[in-house]
Amino acid sequence: MSHRFPWHLVFFLAPALIIYGVFSAYPLVDTLRLSFFVESVTGERRFSGLTNFYTLLGESTWSNAFWNALWNNIRFFLIHMLVQNPIALLLAALLSLKGLKGARTYRTLIFLPTLLSVVIIGFIWQLILSPLWGVSEGLLAMLGLDFLFDAWLGNESSALTTLALISVWQFVGIPMMLIYASLLSIPDDIIEAATVDGASPWRIFWRIKLPLVLPTLGLVTILTFVGNFNAFELIYAVKGALAGPNYSTDILGTFFYRTFFGYQSQIGSATLGATVATLMFLVILLGVMAYFFAIQRRLTRYQM
Amino acid sequence: MNTIRHSLGKRSLVHLTLVAFTLLALFPMALVIVNSFKSRRAIFDAPLALPTPESFTIIGYQRVIEQSDFLLFFGNSLIVTLIPLTLVLLFGAMAAWALSEYRFRGNRLLMLFLAIGIMVPIRLGTVSILELMVGLNLINTHLALILVYTAQGLPLAVFILHEFISQVPKELKEAARCDGVSEYRLFFQIILPLIRPAIATVAVFTMVPMWNDLWFPLILAPSEQTQTIQLGVQQFIGQYATDWNAVLSALTLAVLPVLVLYVFFSQHLIRGLTSGAVK
Repeated sequence: MSHRFPWHLVFFLAPALIIYGVFSAYPLVDTLRLSFFVESVTGERRFSGLTNFYTLLGESTWSNAFWNALWNNIRFFLIHMLVQNPIALLLAALLSLKGLKGARTYRTLIFLPTLLSVVIIGFIWQLILSPLWGVSEGLLAMLGLDFLFDAWLGNESSALTTLALISVWQFVGIPMMLIYASLLSIPDDIIEAATVDGASPWRIFWRIKLPLVLPTLGLVTILTFVGNFNAFELIYAVKGALAGPNYSTDILGTFFYRTFFGYQSQIGSATLGATVATLMFLVILLGVMAYFFAIQRRLTRYQM
Repeated sequence: MNTIRHSLGKRSLVHLTLVAFTLLALFPMALVIVNSFKSRRAIFDAPLALPTPESFTIIGYQRVIEQSDFLLFFGNSLIVTLIPLTLVLLFGAMAAWALSEYRFRGNRLLMLFLAIGIMVPIRLGTVSILELMVGLNLINTHLALILVYTAQGLPLAVFILHEFISQVPKELKEAARCDGVSEYRLFFQIILPLIRPAIATVAVFTMVPMWNDLWFPLILAPSEQTQTIQLGVQQFIGQYATDWNAVLSALTLAVLPVLVLYVFFSQHLIRGLTSGAVK
């Protein structure tokens, strides 16, 4: 025995690996495993191959709900991509202007909502948009736009978009901060050289700065993706587990919750719940892989 | 002359845009806080007005304190945030040290194993986590949330601290070892104090999602005795939806701790988030 057993390694690594392994990694793998089992009324489980997946994707009562939730979730994500991230880019570009007074105050205040609980934010906006209170109607009237007012959260056609915009409002600070940091880390001499060559600030932004922050935009995209396909609290706080009106705000998180725990006459099922979780896992995995293989590989070419 | 006026105009446009977004970010919270101190009549008649001596009231707060166990919820939230936070920082730093300092077989594999925890939300394992907690008889206990939040926070903590620990100069460690300092003392008395700034950054990142979580309290610890503030407020508002004074006061009480913390730690947090690019 020339080597002594490395006890110090065990001492340093064991606590973290055991807690993470038992309460995060194992449950995840076990959930994937459970999706291949069905449960009898007595609670006995037996292996059933892809039965749960056929049920969820093939039986119309389940599959309609699943595709509806997935489609709503995609819309939820697209609204973030089209509204949140361009606004974040604009704010970051403005904040990073040379010699801008008050940049520190602006960024601190715009970032603030990201730290608050989604539940609380949901309730606050529900009050503000409530026709009962009339705050938003009153504000629109001041601008002469009160004809635009409607029960946005109550209408089937606008509820999901409204919720997505509330989420955008809350989280725009995170991509803003990441892009801002990335813009600040561009070396000054590159910008100076371009200025000396007579490039306008507008041109410098599109031709030099934007390509250089593309990797950050890729990171922002994947963070938004994982966050959106894991969302639950906002819908649950504002619309409850039924994600009304008429499931128009149902996303995968709320669908998972209902499948697992049941609601009204529907009895919850652990194995079907695990199947929904597995499908969510596949969606997220697909997104993460697309990011690593397609986007990131192409983007690194721009890196210095 | 003309270009100066031109650029002045541009600058005010920039400030106008930023001020507009700042107001938009602050307006909802300000509205709720201001109205929580007004009588019901004033809340509805003039929602945008500040409280006047006539309309000022704290009846909403009195009702929240009387009709809900707000202090209990608050205490529960503190327990299930601060204990996992301590565990994440301690165990995370220990693991980060081992993974960055010692060469051993499986080192990279362990990093990959932890990386999964950053990419895949722990929520997807809920079905099995619930069964595990039922099996361990931990439903409706603080310990259930403490264990899950520790597992949730560890991977990112290890990765960030790993970065910092690998920047500690080699000479420092070698000098200590030559003096006969044990590996344990080296870590606890030399390395740990050195990486304090990084630990503070990780602390904020870890704490916020724990404090704000609704999902796991709802599933693992929904009982009256273990409700966290998010769950408590959610149920309180469901029950007293028509009592606007109480609802607005409950919302204010729920955001207050985070607002106070932010006043003290915002600059530190932003520096951490932008990894030093922002001074």
